[in-house]
Amino acid sequence: MRKVYLDHSATTPVRKEVLESMLPYFTEAWGNPSSIHQWGRTSRKAVEQAREEIAQYIGAEPREIFFTSGGTEADNLAIFGTVEAKKGMHIITSSVEHHGVLDACQYLEKQGYEVTYLPVNEYGQVNPEDVRKALRPDTVLVTIMYANNEVGTIQPIKEIASITREAGVWFHTDAVQAVGSIPVDVKDLGVDMLTLSAHKFYGPKGIGALYVRKGVRPKPITHGGGQERKIRPGTENVAGIMGMAKALELAIADLDQNMKRITGLRDRLIQGIRENIPEVVLNGHATARLPGNVNMSFLYIEGESLILSLDMVGVAVSSGSACTSGSLEPSHVLMNMGMDHQQAHGSLRMTLGVSTTAEDIDYVVSELTQIVEKLRAMSPLYNSKNL
Amino acid sequence: MYTEKVMDHFQNPRNVGEMKNADAVGEVGSIACGDIMRIYLKVDENDIITDVSFKTFGCAAAVASSSVMTELVKGKSIDEAMRITKKDISDTLGGLPAPKVHCSILATEALEEAIKNYQAK
Repeated sequence: MRKVYLDHSATTPVRKEVLESMLPYFTEAWGNPSSIHQWGRTSRKAVEQAREEIAQYIGAEPREIFFTSGGTEADNLAIFGTVEAKKGMHIITSSVEHHGVLDACQYLEKQGYEVTYLPVNEYGQVNPEDVRKALRPDTVLVTIMYANNEVGTIQPIKEIASITREAGVWFHTDAVQAVGSIPVDVKDLGVDMLTLSAHKFYGPKGIGALYVRKGVRPKPITHGGGQERKIRPGTENVAGIMGMAKALELAIADLDQNMKRITGLRDRLIQGIRENIPEVVLNGHATARLPGNVNMSFLYIEGESLILSLDMVGVAVSSGSACTSGSLEPSHVLMNMGMDHQQAHGSLRMTLGVSTTAEDIDYVVSELTQIVEKLRAMSPLYNSKNL
Repeated sequence: MYTEKVMDHFQNPRNVGEMKNADAVGEVGSIACGDIMRIYLKVDENDIITDVSFKTFGCAAAVASSSVMTELVKGKSIDEAMRITKKDISDTLGGLPAPKVHCSILATEALEEAIKNYQAK
């Protein structure tokens, strides 16, 4: 059976060159970068070299890169580190954030902070003017994601950054889905902090980074040693850092080509589904969208049934349906975009990657057409509509 | 996360489809919680359920629970059918993950509704 992985927003495989770049740092150059002997110095040199490369790829300076265990930790560091560092009880975020930001904000609310969750339009976009209106004298942080993990919508980060800059409020963006998929330049964007995670761009899991602009300084949220300029203590994940640098190098080298190719495949998938399956809706924005993201709702069907049926024919996807989240509520992203329950429950996220081919797309369209037909025949909603 | 039994009933649901000239119909659930089950019964003059079918909007557990429920019900009297519990359904499926137990409850509720509908006639 053909196997098609369309869940690249969840995670990606480690590229061979990436793995090879990591291996020496497990068995040969395994020293602690904080040690002053030659073992330590070798590791330190490697880590600083990687830091320089990663900084360069996103338009930052090496001293502005702080390694973390991944995206969630970097988000948490930006949020909790800011409220520790600044006096003020108000945070602004959006209503469609990843849980790495959303849950941290909700936790702070319980601690007595006030959080404004900005609404989004039907395409999942924040209006920068809403940021301006929500700013208060006691606002310490604005945190709004670069690209949405469910619907792929790209936010007007640059516009928001110019508003926060003017107001003198720190602005963090979770760019986990963006880095490696679309161009990301921190200076051009004008953000103060930015989260990235290696396993979303063919690097290893367990390694990420927070870009922190010079002059911005969140407090550490873990305490232990002086690593990462005292902002993120703990012995560095040397092999992971090497892997992240290599993965980003490869992603940037192929960025233009991959964006063009994957966008083409994305649109082929959307079009194929629209031509073959009636009563489907594209969720998210038509153009302000990640190259690899397709999110569509198949009316009268529930998402988990779709996932499992596709899984049985070798296709991996995900859904914003309640039944896949372990709760009874469908995805907060889809609901806050103003979708009704049926559309949210019947949503399917298919995220393409560098290995996706046109044959894969055609296979998925053909299988999906049959599956949707079968599940609709079983659905009381479909039936009652056609009676 | 699902047992083989659940996957089997999801992939090859028994007694699926609507029934023409059903003696009773029961429907429960809502689009808000993501599950809707409708069950059709054919009952003879001795109160024996001679045929049953279902239509379900929901996850694999909801489809499998409906499917197994129809198997348990077929050939039983109304009285016997009323004694089918969510545990019977879940046990027959080899168990359901904790967040999906409500699907088995929904199946018994759909059956109850259908029986009520029959008795009201």
